[in-house]
Amino acid sequence: MAPLLELKGIGKSYPGVRALDGVDLCLEAGEVLGLIGENGAGKSTLMKILGGVLPPSEGRIRIAGRDRASLSVAEASAAGIAFVHQELNLFDNLDVAGNVLFGRESVRGGPLRLLDRRAAAARVAPLLRRLGADFAPETPVAELSIAQRQLVEIARALAAEARIIILDEPTSSLTLSETARLLSVVKELRTGGTGLIYITHRLGEIIDCADRVVCLRDGRLAGALPREEIAHAAMIRLMIGRELRALYAPPGRAAGAGGLEARGLVTPAFPGQAVDLHVRPGEILGLAGLVGAGRTSLARSLFGLDPPLGGAVLLDGRPLRLASPREAVEAGIYLVPEDRKRDGLVLDMPIVENVTLASAPAYARFGLIRRAAEWAASEAQRAALRIRAPDSAARVGDLSGGNQQKVVLARWLSMAPRVILLDEPTRGIDVGAKGEIYALMRALADRGVAILMISSDMEEVLGVSDRILVMHEGRISGGLEREGFSEQAVLRLAIGEVPAPDAAGQQESLPA
Amino acid sequence: MSKKEIGLALLLIVIGGITAALNPLFLSGVNLLNMANLIGLFGIFAIGQGLIIITGGIDLSVGSIFALLGVVLVDLLVNFELAWPLAVLAVLGAGLVLGLLHGLLVTRLKLQPFVVTLCGLLIYRGIARYYTQDSTIGFGYAGAELDTLAWLASGRSLGIPNPFLILLLVAGVMAVVLHRTVFGRHLYAVGRNEEAARHSGINTDGVIMGAYLLGGGLAGLATVLLVFYTSSVSPSSFGSFYELYAIAAAVLGGCSLRGGEGSILGIVLGTVLLQILQNLVNILGIPSSLNFAVMGAVILMGVIADRQLGLRRQRIQMTRSQPAAAE
Repeated sequence: MAPLLELKGIGKSYPGVRALDGVDLCLEAGEVLGLIGENGAGKSTLMKILGGVLPPSEGRIRIAGRDRASLSVAEASAAGIAFVHQELNLFDNLDVAGNVLFGRESVRGGPLRLLDRRAAAARVAPLLRRLGADFAPETPVAELSIAQRQLVEIARALAAEARIIILDEPTSSLTLSETARLLSVVKELRTGGTGLIYITHRLGEIIDCADRVVCLRDGRLAGALPREEIAHAAMIRLMIGRELRALYAPPGRAAGAGGLEARGLVTPAFPGQAVDLHVRPGEILGLAGLVGAGRTSLARSLFGLDPPLGGAVLLDGRPLRLASPREAVEAGIYLVPEDRKRDGLVLDMPIVENVTLASAPAYARFGLIRRAAEWAASEAQRAALRIRAPDSAARVGDLSGGNQQKVVLARWLSMAPRVILLDEPTRGIDVGAKGEIYALMRALADRGVAILMISSDMEEVLGVSDRILVMHEGRISGGLEREGFSEQAVLRLAIGEVPAPDAAGQQESLPA
Repeated sequence: MSKKEIGLALLLIVIGGITAALNPLFLSGVNLLNMANLIGLFGIFAIGQGLIIITGGIDLSVGSIFALLGVVLVDLLVNFELAWPLAVLAVLGAGLVLGLLHGLLVTRLKLQPFVVTLCGLLIYRGIARYYTQDSTIGFGYAGAELDTLAWLASGRSLGIPNPFLILLLVAGVMAVVLHRTVFGRHLYAVGRNEEAARHSGINTDGVIMGAYLLGGGLAGLATVLLVFYTSSVSPSSFGSFYELYAIAAAVLGGCSLRGGEGSILGIVLGTVLLQILQNLVNILGIPSSLNFAVMGAVILMGVIADRQLGLRRQRIQMTRSQPAAAE
C-alpha cells in the first residue's frame, strides 16, 4: 500500500538562509511519526509547507499517490491534512459544535441556510465520545481548559475526515494526567488508520507513542530511528552533533561583585515557579532553554514590564521596586527586546530620535530638546556601532535588521548601562552583523556591565556566554560553567532531563 | 514645512483663488476679517483635538463640553455675578478636569477613547440641557463689568479679531510644545509605537493623559470665545457637531487617526481650509443646505489624494532603498 504522505527533496530558501535542504519524509496509514529537533532545526518550516502556508522552494509532495509541487491551505485541508497547534486556533466565542464543524456547518431551511444546532450536536457527540471527552457539543469553548480545547481541535480534524493529523507540541501546557489522556487518544487514532506526525521536545512521549522517529538538524534530515531503537540517548545524539564555530572571546576582566540578582522571583507566566539568578558585572550570562521555557517572561519581569508576583530583584545588593520599565531604566537595567520592530523601535522615526528615545530629557534645557546635542550623540553612536546609514536622519524602518538592532543598542549605550538584558539579540540578523554585536556585548561586559543573553541559538549560547543557565518550564533547571559547556549538557537541561537540578541553579546564583 | 503642509497650502490658494475669481467679495476686508474670527474660534480646539489624535485617540465630546461649560460660564457671570477672571478660570479649570477624566478613563481603565468621549458627548449635553431646562441663556443686560471680557473674547486689536490673535498665540506655544519639547517627542513616539515607547521607560500613560489634559484646557478656552461670539447659549444646539469640524481640520491637516502623525501648522491650515469651504458656500450662492456635503466631498478628495501620493512615495522609496537594505 502506498504511503499516505511522501515528501521528496523538500527545500526552502530565504535570502541568505537555507531553512530546509533536501528533506525526505514518509508517513504510512496507522503510524505515529515522531519529529524532533532543536529550536530552529526547520520543524515549523516543514510543517508550514505541509499546511500550505509556505510554498517549498523545491521538492515534491506526494499525498495519497498524487504528486504536487506545493499546496495551498485549502488543498492541504482537502487532502486530509489537519493541524493541532501549540497555540490553539479555536473561536472561543463559539460552542464546541460550532468549532468542530466550522466551515461544514449543518444547515436547514434550504436557501436560508439556517444553522441546525440539533443536527450539529448529533454529528459532534460521537466524535467527542470517541476521544473520551467529558464535555458536551453545546459547551462554550471559552469555558474549556487547554487540554479540553485540544480535544476539540482533534475532533475538528476528525470531522474533516483528516487522514493525516499533525500535532505540534500538543502537551506543552498539559498536566501529566492530561498528557496521558492525549497519548491514549493518539494511540486510538492510530488504530483507526490515521497517520500522525507528533512534534515534541518531550522525548518521553515519543518513546511512549511513536512508531518511528525522524530528526531534523539545521534544515536537513539528521537521521531516523525505527521503533526498537527509540531511546533518549539515541535521540539526543541525533539532535546535536553539528560542528560549532569558535566564537568565544574571553573576558578582559574578572567578573566583579554585585550586579543583578533575582531571589525567588515569580513571574506571571509561571506563578508556581520561583527563579534565582545572578549576573555579575563583567560577565555574559547565557540563558538557554526551549521556546516557552519562561526566559522572556523572566526578562520582562526583570525589566518591570510584567511586575513579578513574588521574590526580590537586587542591583548591587540593593532591592529594586520594578513596577514599570521606567524604574528599570532609571536603575540602569536595559532590555533589548526579542521583537525589535514591535517593542524596540519607532520605525517611522529617524535614527536620532530612536537613539535618544529613552534619554530625551538629558538633551533638553528648560524642557526644549537641543537638536544639535542629540544629533551629535546619535552620530557618535552611529560611528561607534558602525550603523550603515547615510546619517542619523535616516528612517529606522528603512535599515536592515542588523542595523536596526544596533540602533536599539545605541539607545542604551548612549546612556549609563549597568545591566543589559538581550532577548534573542541576533534573531534575523546576517552573519557579519552578528559578529559585530557579539563584539559589542563583550566590550560592554569589559566596561563592567552585567549582561544577560537569552538565546535559542546553540552556537550563540555556547560561543558567547561566560556561564550558562538553562530554563525548563519556568524554572532554572541547571547551570554550566565554561569548562562544562556542551551542546548535550544544555539540551539535557533544556528538556528537563536531569533529575533534581534545582541545586545547580541555586548554587550559581548565590553571591560568592 | 513638510510636503503635506505645502500641498495643503497650495490647495488653499487654488480654492481661494477660484472663489475670489467667481466672486471678488471673497477678498473684501469684511469677509476676510469675519473668516479670521471663525478660524480663530475653530482653530483653538482643533489643535486640542489634533494632540489627542496624535496619541491615537479621539475626542468626540468637544461640542458638548462647549454647551456645558458655556452654560456654566453664563450662569457664573450673570446669575452668580462672579468676577469675570474667576469665572474664566473656573471654565478653564473645568475643561482641564474633563480632559483629565477622559485621560484617566482611557489610560487607567483602558477604555477606548471613542467610547469614553462618545459618552461624554451624550452626558455633558444632557446635563447642560437639564440644568437650563432647555432654555437659551444669555447675558441680557449684564452691565459694563463684562465689557473687558467681551472685548478680549470678541473684540479686535489693530483691526484683527482677537480670537485669531489668540489662535496665533496658542498655535505658537503648542508648536513649540509639540515639536521642540521632550513631551512632544514622547507624544509622537507613543502615537506611533506605544510598546516601543514603554520599553524605553517612557511613562506612556502620563503622556496620553497630558494630551487629553491639553485638549480639555483648550476646549475650556474655546468655550469662552464661542460664548461671546454668539453672546448666548442654547444648550441643545450650542457647539453641536463642532467635534467633527475639529476632527476634519486635524485630518485635513495631516493627522492620521492611527496616531503619531500631524503638525500644528497642518492643523491650522486644515482649519483655514474648512472655513474657506464654509465661506465659499455662502459667497458663491450655493444652497447652504449643501454646506456639509461640500465639506465632506473636499475632505474625502483630500484624503484620497494624500493616500495615493503616500503610496507612490512609498513605492519610490522601496525601489531606492532596496540595494541599501540588502547590505
